[in-house]
Amino acid sequence: MSSTWAGVVFLGTLAAALAAVHVPFGDYMARVLTGTRHLAVERVIYRLGGVAPDADQTWKRYLRSVLAFSVVSVLFLYGLLRVQHLIWPPYTVPQMTADQSFNTAASFVTNTNWQSYSGESALGYVVQMTGLAVQNFASAAVGIAVAIALVRGFARTRTDRLGNFWVDLTRVCLRILLPLSVVAAVVFVGAGMIENFHHYATVHTLAGGQQTITGGPVASQEAIKEIGTNGGGFYNVNSAHPFENPTTWTNWIEIFLLLCIGFSLPRTFGRMIGDKRQGYAIVAVMGVLAVGSVVLMLVFQGTHHGTVPTAVGASTEGTETRFGIPDSAIFATGTTLTSTGSVDSFHDSYTSLGGAMTLLNMMLGEVAPGGTGSGLYGILILAVITVFVAGLMVGRTPEYLGKKLGARELKFASLYLLTTPALVLTGTGIAMALPIARAGMLNSGPHGLSEVLYAFTSAANNNGSAFAGLSANTVFYNYALGTVMLLGRFLPMIFVLGLAGSLASQQPVPASDGTLPTHRLLFVGLLTGVALIVVALTYFPALALGPLAEGLH
Amino acid sequence: MSATTTLWPSPGGPAEPRPASSAAQRRVEGGLLDPKMLWTSTPDALRKLNPGTLWRNPVMFIVEIGAAFTTVIAVLQPSVFAWLIVVWLWLTVLFANLAEAVAEGRGKAQADALRRAKTDTVARRLVDRDDWSGPEEAVPAPQLRQGDVIVCEAGDVIPGDGDVIDGIASVDESAITGESAPVIRESGGDRSSVTGGTRVLSDRIVVQITQKPGQSFIDRMIALVEGASRQKTPNEIALNILLASLTIIFLLATVTLQPLAIFSKAQQPGIPDTAALDRNGITGIVLVSLLVCLIPTTIGALLSAIGIAGMDRLVQRNVLAMSGRAVEAAGDVDTLLLDKTGTVTLGNRQATDLLPVGQVAVPELADAAQLSSLADETPEGRSVVVLAKQRYGLRERARGELTHATFVHFSAQTRMSGVDLTAEGDDAERQIRKGAAGAVMTWVRSGGGEVPPLTGEIVDGISGAGGTPLLVAERRGTAAPRVLGVIQLKDVVKRGMRERFDALRRMGIRTVMITGDNPLTAKAIADEAGVDDFLAEAKPEDKMALIRREQEGGKLVAMTGDGTNDAPALAQADVGVAMNTGTSAAKEAGNMVDLDSDPTKLIEIVEIGKQLLITRGALTTFSIANDVAKYFAIIPAMFAAVYPGLNKLNIMRLHSPESAILSAVIFNAIIIVALIPLALRGIRYTPSSASAMLRRNLLIYGVGGLVLPFLGIKVIDLVIQFVPGIG
Repeated sequence: MSSTWAGVVFLGTLAAALAAVHVPFGDYMARVLTGTRHLAVERVIYRLGGVAPDADQTWKRYLRSVLAFSVVSVLFLYGLLRVQHLIWPPYTVPQMTADQSFNTAASFVTNTNWQSYSGESALGYVVQMTGLAVQNFASAAVGIAVAIALVRGFARTRTDRLGNFWVDLTRVCLRILLPLSVVAAVVFVGAGMIENFHHYATVHTLAGGQQTITGGPVASQEAIKEIGTNGGGFYNVNSAHPFENPTTWTNWIEIFLLLCIGFSLPRTFGRMIGDKRQGYAIVAVMGVLAVGSVVLMLVFQGTHHGTVPTAVGASTEGTETRFGIPDSAIFATGTTLTSTGSVDSFHDSYTSLGGAMTLLNMMLGEVAPGGTGSGLYGILILAVITVFVAGLMVGRTPEYLGKKLGARELKFASLYLLTTPALVLTGTGIAMALPIARAGMLNSGPHGLSEVLYAFTSAANNNGSAFAGLSANTVFYNYALGTVMLLGRFLPMIFVLGLAGSLASQQPVPASDGTLPTHRLLFVGLLTGVALIVVALTYFPALALGPLAEGLH
Repeated sequence: MSATTTLWPSPGGPAEPRPASSAAQRRVEGGLLDPKMLWTSTPDALRKLNPGTLWRNPVMFIVEIGAAFTTVIAVLQPSVFAWLIVVWLWLTVLFANLAEAVAEGRGKAQADALRRAKTDTVARRLVDRDDWSGPEEAVPAPQLRQGDVIVCEAGDVIPGDGDVIDGIASVDESAITGESAPVIRESGGDRSSVTGGTRVLSDRIVVQITQKPGQSFIDRMIALVEGASRQKTPNEIALNILLASLTIIFLLATVTLQPLAIFSKAQQPGIPDTAALDRNGITGIVLVSLLVCLIPTTIGALLSAIGIAGMDRLVQRNVLAMSGRAVEAAGDVDTLLLDKTGTVTLGNRQATDLLPVGQVAVPELADAAQLSSLADETPEGRSVVVLAKQRYGLRERARGELTHATFVHFSAQTRMSGVDLTAEGDDAERQIRKGAAGAVMTWVRSGGGEVPPLTGEIVDGISGAGGTPLLVAERRGTAAPRVLGVIQLKDVVKRGMRERFDALRRMGIRTVMITGDNPLTAKAIADEAGVDDFLAEAKPEDKMALIRREQEGGKLVAMTGDGTNDAPALAQADVGVAMNTGTSAAKEAGNMVDLDSDPTKLIEIVEIGKQLLITRGALTTFSIANDVAKYFAIIPAMFAAVYPGLNKLNIMRLHSPESAILSAVIFNAIIIVALIPLALRGIRYTPSSASAMLRRNLLIYGVGGLVLPFLGIKVIDLVIQFVPGIG
């Protein structure tokens, strides 16, 4: 079987598997998030935390809970990283600097998992498990909780209550993420991933040199890294490392896991608003964008300029030979379409236009299917904007899912739309203007510019993958990107919850023939178009000076 | 309507909606642009350049700042290219102002006409409010207070809005409605309100003033058509928020491009400076050009003109909306409450058929029916005579012809009317009775006559079909009375209503007919007219309850009304259209007044509301879609010197970087002027489902908006490449 056909089979089975779990998994999540029963263990947690689990919160209260939880998380993680050299050392790790600790804490709490450190040399097993892995669960759950609050905003009427954040958080962790992670971790261990607390082993290589091989609780962290669209690798090279991604089929499973919640949440959405067709429309848009993206990526990675790629027949640079070019390209597409950011190949080495695709995927706002929860609320915001403009064209005050889109709703949606581009563009602009920031660039010309653009795009969209080629562990980048990550995560959440509150308080408008149907093909096409045009219009000039300048010959 | 034509030409009149055949293609029209208006509005457009007022339109305000900025640059470093850009940037702002000025100008012309009607009159105020024939004092009209009582006689101009509290008069209201036929105004009832500025033609009326000084109906009309009281509508505010955030995004995209450009240029020091990019980065002229091309100037320029023109279109249909919000709400209406009489059906029931009973011949029945109806001046009675004449060729007999006749008038007790003819020649004495089936049957039986069983069947059949049966019986001499037959009275549904209701249904609007009839009759008419639902035996409070019920379900309700007892419902409805003939209470309660007092106007109002929103949405889509082509013009023009590969993006094969940028800027400005007529007229609107409408508008304004600028910019480029200093 040629590698192209292998890629087609790989992609086909992946799509089939995602389609197969869409309904049952989506329904399961809907049941978890709408059920009234509490598990015994949950009751214990609520009692310990002083939470009244049946008391619903207003949007402001929900938001305060999200922010309070996240602030505490950042502070805890920051503290842990600052003292990690003092706690149980299976080996000696250095103290992490203040700027890098801030960057890392911000990164993991925001579900970004940008790593300006190298996992095997900078972090101990305890911090990896109690600090990072915990945030892998928590940050993913926060994303889902906020998305569900928005869905409730659509589903509920004439109320100011959006659910209880603490209940949503607990249920998502205990009933969705944890069981899935346990199963995935066991499978991973079976595939050869390591899960231990071994001391470092020093081995002599064939070439006669010496190499230190670290152990660690890898499989458990790997599972949630993908499921929660976190992406922070145990090792520096992330999923390209044999301990993190041993074989082709674990590669397949990792991609499947990082996409499965994102592609199933639209079903949850459809269930909760009581109209499954709306969920299908949303997942269709996600699917169209994802398939389009992966096809373009494969085309760009297959066509190549330069002497070596032409001689080899493919752009093999930066890819793992275990996975090959199509599988790596699919991984790269999946990881940038979601907010995962784990990598099994080196995006910096992709063809210019292939690299542009990874950038574009993130610039789309990560909505196809996007991060856990964040993808759903991202695309719903785009749907709100689309419905607003399209709805005017049918001669009514626009309404989506029976809720009118007036000034208040548009205010929140517009602010959401504005946030990420503002962060990416100002961040990149400032970095390119500052000599201290330009000093971190390892490449010159458009490629160097792409690297900086990529860093800020990745941070603002909470992706966390890196184009590399940028010395990110500098005071400037640690603080700048850390701040961008925090703003890129929590500003949108504020706007999403504000929108949810405003929607929930509304009286629903019954649908009629005069209502814009939002489950038909026309709307799917329109929403896809708006997603693409909004991105293209915003980032086109910057892309022109980066990957396009490099890639167009 | 242009400034030169008269106020509100030829109102359609309340009687008949336009025929069905045209209803399907009928569209909201009017508001055509007279090219002269462009010229006459230019001074206003120039005045609007004042930043103190322009800042209210953030998109155009940014363009003006950009224009001012580039002017400074062009003065410091003059070049043909720079000056051309400067000129076109200023023109962009000017064109936007022009759109607004033209829209306002049309309102001003109407306001002037109204002001002429508002001559300063002297009121004849009664010294004692309660003594209606007592002494008067002369008071200038503006000094009249609410509650003052004034007297108007033939020839007087009514000095202010009020209610007639005594007397009856014919009034010429053409100053307000444009309709020259005088109307009757009388105390009590639903025709008691008079409007300041109208003229009493006959008789004497006593009027109690209801307006506050300076807030007369005409004052409000002037304010409305001039746009003085114009506030942004909710939907306009929402759209403005979206446009503002798009503007901020593009502002950021443009500003942050500068450091990227400086870096890119610095990487290749060997490449010579161009008009677009030098060692200091993108030149100010080009950066501003990029910004202006990207921000949604098209919709930003036309947004307020669209709103003003929407109100204007209503005014042209003789409807005054008290707020733009009401016009927008009209587009959202889910349920239309329509009074049966005058809206769904012609004013009154009419005789449509004569059904003889037993051996009676039809002409005999027709003759009797006609005779019995001669003195009946009710519309029903007239229609019997008309039917007899038209269908059965019976000449209408004048009342004087029948010297031997004694007419029996209808009374609530007998529920019959008729005629008694004394014996004449061969003819025996004759009594003819016509009336409610039960009453006439009793009359026949009490005289010893037989009622054939078929009679009951015919009567029930007519009732079941929603008609009203009138039994006709006669008694000749001393013979027993006998039943002659039945007159079928029916409500006649106006022509074309079914098609209109079908169109409304396609738009997703439910129509509910309100009637005082019994449910059976109501259902029959509802079925015939094609309304979705009906409310029978409706009392004012039922109407109110229906509105509340609909609104609780999240629906928006529109209705018309004229009586004082309609006022609460008019106030409760989301769109309440008061008839101008109605009481001032009704006019106060509603948020629109129809000067023609045509209840079917509601349907047009809904269409205008929809058209307003569609125009906004379509032009927004168009504006955003335009940006794609502009990128393909400007980006390669800016950077192809540094990265020749970017020339691949120059898919329009534009002549030079300067011509490319200038073409984009020129296109951006010209499209505003080109779309002013569309903004004023509104986008073509045919009632259809939301899907069909979206598909159509998306194709024209979305896809069209993508393609058109590619062509337009290319054409402009082909021309301006010959300008020295550009080519």
